[in-house]
Amino acid sequence: MKIHEYQARDILSNAGVPVPAGTVIENVETAASTYKQVSKEAGTDLVVVKAQVFAGGRGKAGFVKLVRSPEAAEEAARFMFSNKMVNQQTGPDGVECKKILMAAGVDIEKEFYLSITTDRATRRNILIASAEGGTEIEVVAESNPDAIIKEPIHPLMGLQPHQARRLAYRLGFKGKQVSQAVKIMIALDTVFREKDCELAEINPLIVTPASQDHPDGQVLAIDAKFGFDGNALFRHKDIAALHDPSEDNANELKAQKFGLSYIQLDGNIGCLVNGAGLAMSTMDIIKHHGGEPANFLDVGGGASEEAVTEAFKIILDDEGVEGVLVNIFGGIMRCDVIAQAVVNAAKQVGFNVPLVVRLEGTNVEEGRKILQDAQSEIPTMQAADDLGDAAQKVCGAVAGA
Amino acid sequence: MSVLIDANTKVICQGITGSFGALHTKGCYDYGTKMVGGVTPGKGGTKDDNGLPIFDTVQGAVDATGADATMIFVPPAFTADAIFEAVAAGIRVICAITEGVPVQDMVKVRKVLDDHNAVAGPNKKIYLVGPNCPGVITPGPKTGSGKSHDDPYTNAGCKIGIMPGYINTHRSESKLGKNVGIVSRSGTLTYEAVWQTSNLGLGQSTCIGIGGDPVRGLGFIDCLELFENDPDTDAILMIGEIGGTDEEAAAEWYKTNGSKPIAGFIAGRTAPPGKRMGHAGAIISGGSGTADAKIEKMTECGFEIAETPADMGGAVARAMKLEAAAV
Repeated sequence: MKIHEYQARDILSNAGVPVPAGTVIENVETAASTYKQVSKEAGTDLVVVKAQVFAGGRGKAGFVKLVRSPEAAEEAARFMFSNKMVNQQTGPDGVECKKILMAAGVDIEKEFYLSITTDRATRRNILIASAEGGTEIEVVAESNPDAIIKEPIHPLMGLQPHQARRLAYRLGFKGKQVSQAVKIMIALDTVFREKDCELAEINPLIVTPASQDHPDGQVLAIDAKFGFDGNALFRHKDIAALHDPSEDNANELKAQKFGLSYIQLDGNIGCLVNGAGLAMSTMDIIKHHGGEPANFLDVGGGASEEAVTEAFKIILDDEGVEGVLVNIFGGIMRCDVIAQAVVNAAKQVGFNVPLVVRLEGTNVEEGRKILQDAQSEIPTMQAADDLGDAAQKVCGAVAGA
Repeated sequence: MSVLIDANTKVICQGITGSFGALHTKGCYDYGTKMVGGVTPGKGGTKDDNGLPIFDTVQGAVDATGADATMIFVPPAFTADAIFEAVAAGIRVICAITEGVPVQDMVKVRKVLDDHNAVAGPNKKIYLVGPNCPGVITPGPKTGSGKSHDDPYTNAGCKIGIMPGYINTHRSESKLGKNVGIVSRSGTLTYEAVWQTSNLGLGQSTCIGIGGDPVRGLGFIDCLELFENDPDTDAILMIGEIGGTDEEAAAEWYKTNGSKPIAGFIAGRTAPPGKRMGHAGAIISGGSGTADAKIEKMTECGFEIAETPADMGGAVARAMKLEAAAV
């Protein structure tokens, strides 16, 4: 689960990580007054106006603006609230901006990158740090892999101060910056483990220029990104409450309610499969035979009539779908039961596009007979002999239609 | 011979009174697995529908039955604790079937398990399979209908988990008299592979579903090593999917250590980056974990690659250089 930047800022701030002054607004009327408040609090006329949407590329799209007056703040906010942000990441429909973060602008002496994630290969959390902050870590990994430091974190003890100190010195923090950086690293690890994160990232982490109050500068988190383990939300009601449903795909949500795992893609052949691995490879075999998968759909081990009916509805709701492939390996669930469920569901939903059904497993002969007997009632339906045959049949039917 | 489990393995079910636990306890029992009991705290002293004794604790079950394997069906929030309990009771093979276990729980589980195994003697090593997996099966020759425990499917096999048992073939009943060992991150894709290899006239020594989570117990390398050292396994089929780099590491391991014919398949060639394809671990992130990278490495290390899921049996046949006539 993802959260917005302003929510990530709150989490960091509550964990003791310093962030620049800032406030969230939900309408353009409060923009000017909020500018004044943030500006006064931080003692600077420079304020950053940032649209709170999940898509990247906000700056280029005009959804992040630097302003130096209440009027400019209001103008920027008006633009963001009244236009949809459209770029490659958002797709042609664009995304609506409902909240704007107004944060104090700060002078930057140096930028760093800091994140924690779980490393699958070592089965541990690792801290990833780089003195080349401000750019995406993938870009740094490509251009200058030596600039990335990876530190394994003890699964039971967490990040130890001595590790954080060593990292801070290696990254080039100086004087009083070191203890500030150490505190931030420890706080990030604490949040990561306590809140079951998949990713906790501060980018950039910055050092401000020396000032009278801070002769060594201040270490601040400017932007942060968090991802949470959906499987652990049951024990984090506070995190679950941060979820923004406006960014979800309606069909994917609907599928979830019926225990289906569904991801909409942009191809022309819908598929309904039991099991995630088989569902993924069914997409692959459709592509192999010249079609384009319209979705990933794992109906679960049972493939009950209710689940199949809902799955059909969701698949056919996608206007791009020109044919449907059902691929079920009947293990614990017998093929005759599944065939009956598919036939009943297909009748209930009504099929105008080609439907190819491939069943294998327990009682497969009985299952195929049920499909054959229902042929007259569902004229667009064909039974397939095996997986390869099924993919060829559905791709052929769609190409010939 | 086989790996991990055989006809003598004594199995309990943690969460035996839950609906899935009860259903699959019966499935395993009817298959012919030596089910010796189950655990549900608070129900100790009672029996399940099969007449199997229920215990309050895993230790209690082990003391009374001598169980050396367990299958875990408890809800995700309690799965890590169930694994720790099995480890503490000295259970040798732990199959965690439960889907949806938090990753940070598994990070702790692996630490505890790895620490245990680092100092354990050769017979004290603990094998965790899963979570989010179908389990492990060592097929036996068919001796009955498998419709009840009085008429089990086999009296010389062991099924721990949710997979259909009858699609597997024992070497003695395979046309070609040869065995493939199968290891997979996906459940139904494993059944598909078992079905295809059985239809080709092959038997299976053992099939291990290692599960679809990013942090899990046994990995591909562990299983390849088990199969390599098992005299009853003639060839290996490794079924991976997008996400992580375990398949690449396993391919490297095989290049240095493997001697048996090996075939492989990777699911998710068409999966878009950044989207989680059902399994928690099946995600391409930051340009790593793609199917193409895995297939390239596996090919380079001597794997025969199945181009489509319909070709998994075919790839095994090619790897084993089976005569076209026999296939």
